[in-house]
Formats: sequence, structure tokens, C-alpha cells
Amino acid sequence: MITQWFFTHVDRRGGIAIALLVAIAFLVPLSNLLLPETSPLHIPTYLVSLIGKYLTYALLAVALDLVWGFCGILSLGHGAFFALGGYAMGMYLMRQIGPRGVYADPVLPDFMVFLNWKELPWFWHGFDNFWFAALMVVLVPGALAFGFGWLAFRSRVTGVYLSIITQALTYALLLAFFRNDMGFGGNNGLTDFKDILGFNIQAGTTRSMLFAATALFLALAVFVSSFIIRSKLGKVLVGVRDAESRMRFLGYRVDRYKLFVWTISAMMAGIAGALYVPQVGIINPSEFEPANSIEAVIWVAVGGRGTIIGPIIGAVLVNFGKTYFTAAFPEIWLFALGALFIIVTLFLPKGILGLYGSWRTKLADRAARKKDSAPPPVAAENVHLPEPQAAE
Amino acid sequence: MKAQDTLLYLDGVSVSFDGFRAINNLSLVLQAGEMRAIIGPNGAGKTTMMDIITGKTKPDAGDVYFNGEVDLTRHDEAEIALLGIGRKFQKPTVFESHTVEDNLVLALSGPRSAFSALFHKQSANEAERIEDILYTIRLNGKRDWLAANLSHGQKQWLEIGMLLAQDPKLLLVDEPVAGMTDAETAETAKLLREIAKTRSVLVVEHDMHFVRELDVKVTCLHEGSVLAEGSLDFVSNDQRVIEVYLGR
Ligand SMILES: Nc1ncnc2c1ncn2[C@@H]1O[C@H](COP(=O)(O)OP(=O)(O)O)[C@@H](O)[C@H]1O
Ligand SMILES: [Mg+2]
Repeated sequence: MITQWFFTHVDRRGGIAIALLVAIAFLVPLSNLLLPETSPLHIPTYLVSLIGKYLTYALLAVALDLVWGFCGILSLGHGAFFALGGYAMGMYLMRQIGPRGVYADPVLPDFMVFLNWKELPWFWHGFDNFWFAALMVVLVPGALAFGFGWLAFRSRVTGVYLSIITQALTYALLLAFFRNDMGFGGNNGLTDFKDILGFNIQAGTTRSMLFAATALFLALAVFVSSFIIRSKLGKVLVGVRDAESRMRFLGYRVDRYKLFVWTISAMMAGIAGALYVPQVGIINPSEFEPANSIEAVIWVAVGGRGTIIGPIIGAVLVNFGKTYFTAAFPEIWLFALGALFIIVTLFLPKGILGLYGSWRTKLADRAARKKDSAPPPVAAENVHLPEPQAAE
Repeated sequence: MKAQDTLLYLDGVSVSFDGFRAINNLSLVLQAGEMRAIIGPNGAGKTTMMDIITGKTKPDAGDVYFNGEVDLTRHDEAEIALLGIGRKFQKPTVFESHTVEDNLVLALSGPRSAFSALFHKQSANEAERIEDILYTIRLNGKRDWLAANLSHGQKQWLEIGMLLAQDPKLLLVDEPVAGMTDAETAETAKLLREIAKTRSVLVVEHDMHFVRELDVKVTCLHEGSVLAEGSLDFVSNDQRVIEVYLGR
């Protein structure tokens, strides 16, 4: 019965992706912890953390695809939600350090002692509790997205203008978080974490558990996205993407639909950031860098927007490429990334997964035409994305 | 005349775009259950009039009332749609990456909130209504087709089907037979006459054969106001109508 419920909300491709993610959530830690280091199947801890980091990027990409691929909202500021989730987690990790900091203050993090602060700012209270911090990981990005979206969507800001203000949003936060008196560690950000939920953050077991948590959250995000997209709400979103004003004339409050998916997406991005921070060991204002948000757009474009799974592939591939190139040929990475984006835009408008999709559609179409019948029914997510057109 | 007891009431409506008066002191009244054909040269303001009725464009002056009491100038597109005014666009606008059936599902009257849409399950009643409409618009064999793959005429029909699914009191239909074959045009006239038995319809159309087949009162617009109104024969014998429109 549960399987039946599951498959009414997820298609075959989504089901496979979820199964794979759950499998690696178990297998990668097992391989890292149980196999001897000499075994060819042993995955070293540094690699576990590296792939874990890629999967947090993949989670960000899935969140971005939800709004861009399915609702046509091109966010150039999703890195801001990612970073805010990261800061919420970072604040928890800072408070876990306790008296083990350099200045050994039992309450104040080192940077506050250094700045001669006498007490904890009000917004740092509660972050010693993991569950409070976990709540903030989704609430803070969610609330910001809700407020921002409420203003933007109600006044019908769309297209390039919306993209520009999302970029401005992340840039404004970048400048704010650089300031020492904001109380988030300024330029240096938050780092030197010791433990999470009582476990040493450097330990192999902790790293493996963080990896498993990331893979499972990514699987959950695939499920939630599929659930949304396959519901009637998802059909409304695709309708908004393709012909927004037509949707209004059918009686839909387009702004509320956008606000819903935008807020959900920001929360997903926040969770991605929260999983990222303990695995890389630092969060600083550079995470708000506008370029980060643009890179996330490239991952989605490369993998295939409007496909849910494509962005995961895109994020992992591009970041493997980045890790390799920045080590081997550091000077050409940015050119390679730019070239990749141009190639994808020109030749692979539907991304890697779209290429596979259109190849399958073509085969099916040929088969159908042989039988002299209808063009094949195709699921909405496999279809070309017509440029947004205003209904006259 | 008073707005009471009318379905649609426009009085002294004007709207300008950058100083150009697209609608100029326009008055028009539609009774409940009536079908009306609107003719007039390109740029007469026919589409703009529909924009005003459906809340897309706010008039600079004048009254627009629905059902004798609802001031349409105070509502936006979604609210007006929910009041029971459906619209078919001049350029067929269906959702191309959705199937024919999903286009109808989206249009089907019912709750419109995001929450209800997220957990929506199709009821037997809804399935039946979709079945009926697919049959009416002669697309029952193509329910799983992507709307993008339909012919131009079929898209027009799908859009009419979406209107029916909305179950409006008043249908605004902008140039429904543009680009249709003669056979399709005749079928469409039949379909609209059928629809007009149970609701009010405002049709904009250039095709005089089509307008004749509708066999209803005709209003001719010119430069944003009414030039002549009456039976088709009466209007088409009007000297000014011949000058600005028919005689060209
Ligand atoms: N949004 C707009 N901005 C500027 N001019 C417009 C706009 N909408 C319509 N017009 C102008 O108003 C006039 C009437 O247009 P329209 O209502 O589309 O005519 P019709 O449908 O009768 O052919 C045209 O001259 C058109 O260019
Ligand atoms: Mg027109």
C-alpha cells in the first residue's frame, strides 16, 4: 500500500533516483567504516566528505529547479538561502565549542571575546539547542523568501527584473555579513567547530553520518519535488511558467502559487547549507557571493531544468570538473565553466537529461508514426520549455 | 438604462494608451442569456474592451458592471474569472506542455487555492465533466496528446473546451474561427449556438458568414465606440458601417 502511494507521487525515474540515494546513504558509510583501507572498495574519509559536499550542492540545485524549471522563476540569489541555512547551523556549532575556544569563554564564541563583547547578542540565544537551530535552518530562509516573494510576486515583478533583485538580495546580505558588528564573525565567518550532537566533527564516523544524512535529505527533496510537480499544483506551476496571465484568467491567484513554491524551495536550500557547513568546517560571507548563485543556475542548466533529477547530475558533474580543473589548471576553470554554459545554452537547451529524454521521445515518436497514430503522450517535465509568452 | 437587470453593463467607458484613445465613451449592454456578435475593423478596440471586462486593463473613465451589481473595475483577473467570466483569447493560448486533458483539468471550475491543488484528487463527477467536454469539442481521441501537437483549429476548440470547463455565466470569445477551415467554422458556429442556450456569450468575429450563422444581434465598433447596433441586416446596411468596415 505504501509502495502504491509512493508511485502515485513519483515517476519511475524519480523512484530510481530515490532508491540510489538511499542505497549510497548506507553503502558509502559502510565502505568507509567497515572495509579495510587496503580494499579497493574502501572509500577514504576525505572522499566521503567531498561527495557529501557535492550532494549538498545537488540539493541546492533541486531547490532551484523547483522554481526555475517548473515555475519559470530564474533566481540568481538562491545561494543566499543556502548560506543562511549554513549560518544557522554554524551558530549551533559555534555554541557547541563552549569553553574549548582560544579565549575559553564558556558562552561567548572567540570572535565576540576578541571584539570585546560582554554578552551574547539576543539572536544568538537558543542556538545552543540543536533542534532550535534546526528549526531556524528552515525558518530563516523560509521567512526571508516569504517576505521577499510576497512583495515581488504581488507587484508582478517577473523575468529579468526578478532575477536582478534576487541577485541584489544576495549581494546585500554579502555586504551585511562582512560587517563585524552584525555579530556573525564578519570576514572570517564561523569556524573551528568541535562537535555536533556530542560527536567529534572530525571523526570518520561523524563524517559518514553527515554524508548519510545529506543523501537521505536529497532523496526526500526528490520525493517532495515529485509530489509537488505531479499534483494539480504542479500543473498550475507549469501553466504559470508557460502562460502566466492565461492562468490568471482561469481564476488562479498566481502570486500565491509562486509564493508557495518559492518558500518551499528556499527552505530546501537552507537545509542544503546546513548540511554543507559541518562537512566543510566553515561558513563565511563568501557563500553569499553572487557568483555562487549563478554557478548553481549553471548546474541546473547543465543537468536539465525542469527534470528534478537532472540538476543532481549537473551539480555533481560540474563540481567534479571544478575540483579537477582548479587543481590541475587553476587558470582556466572560469573559462571552462563559461564555455560549458554557452555550449549547453546553444546545443543542449534541455541539458544532459533533456538530451536523453528527447532521444527517447524521438524513438517513441517514430514507433508511433509507423503505426500511423498519435504523437506519443509525453510527461510535462520532458517537454521543451517554450519561452514565457504573455497571453494577449 | 440602469445597470440592474443586466448581465453586463458598460457605460461611458474610455481608456487611452499614451494619449491614444483605444476606447472612447463606449456603452454596451448585454442581457442575461443573450449572445451578441461584435464586429468592427482592426484596431476598433474589440480586444481592449475584453481586456477591460476581464480586469486586464483598468478604464480611465466609465462604469463596468457585471450581474447588475459587481463593479468589475474594482477586481483583478483572477477574481473576475471566479465571478463567472471566462475568456478565449484572439491568439489561442492553451498550455502547450500539458496534455489536452490536463488543460481541461486546470480550467475545471472548483477550488483554486494552492493548498487544495496540492492535495487534489479527481472526483468521479470531475472525470465525467471532462469526458463530456472532450466529447463536445471533439477531442476525445486526443486526450493524452500534448496541446502543442494540436492543429490551430483544434487549439481553438480546446480553448473553448477550457471555457466550458470553467462553467462561466458569461463567455467572451475573441475571433474563434480565425485560421479555421470552412467546415470547422460551421462546426464552431453550431457549438457556440449550443453553448448560448445556457449562458451569455460575447463573440468578436470578422468572418461575416460565421456571424450570419450565429444569427444574433450585432454591434459594430469603430474607433473605440459603438457605430451601429441591431440585426446583421440592419447593421450591414448602415451607410457608416459600409464606409469604415464592410466596404473596404
Ligand atoms: N496595451 C496597449 N498599449 C498600447 N496600445 C494598445 C494596447 N492595447 C491596445 N492598443 C491599441 O488600441 C487599439 C485597439 O486595439 P484592439 O483592441 O486590439 O483592436 P481590435 O481587437 O478591435 O482589433 C489599437 O490601435 C492598439 O494598437
Ligand atoms: Mg483584437
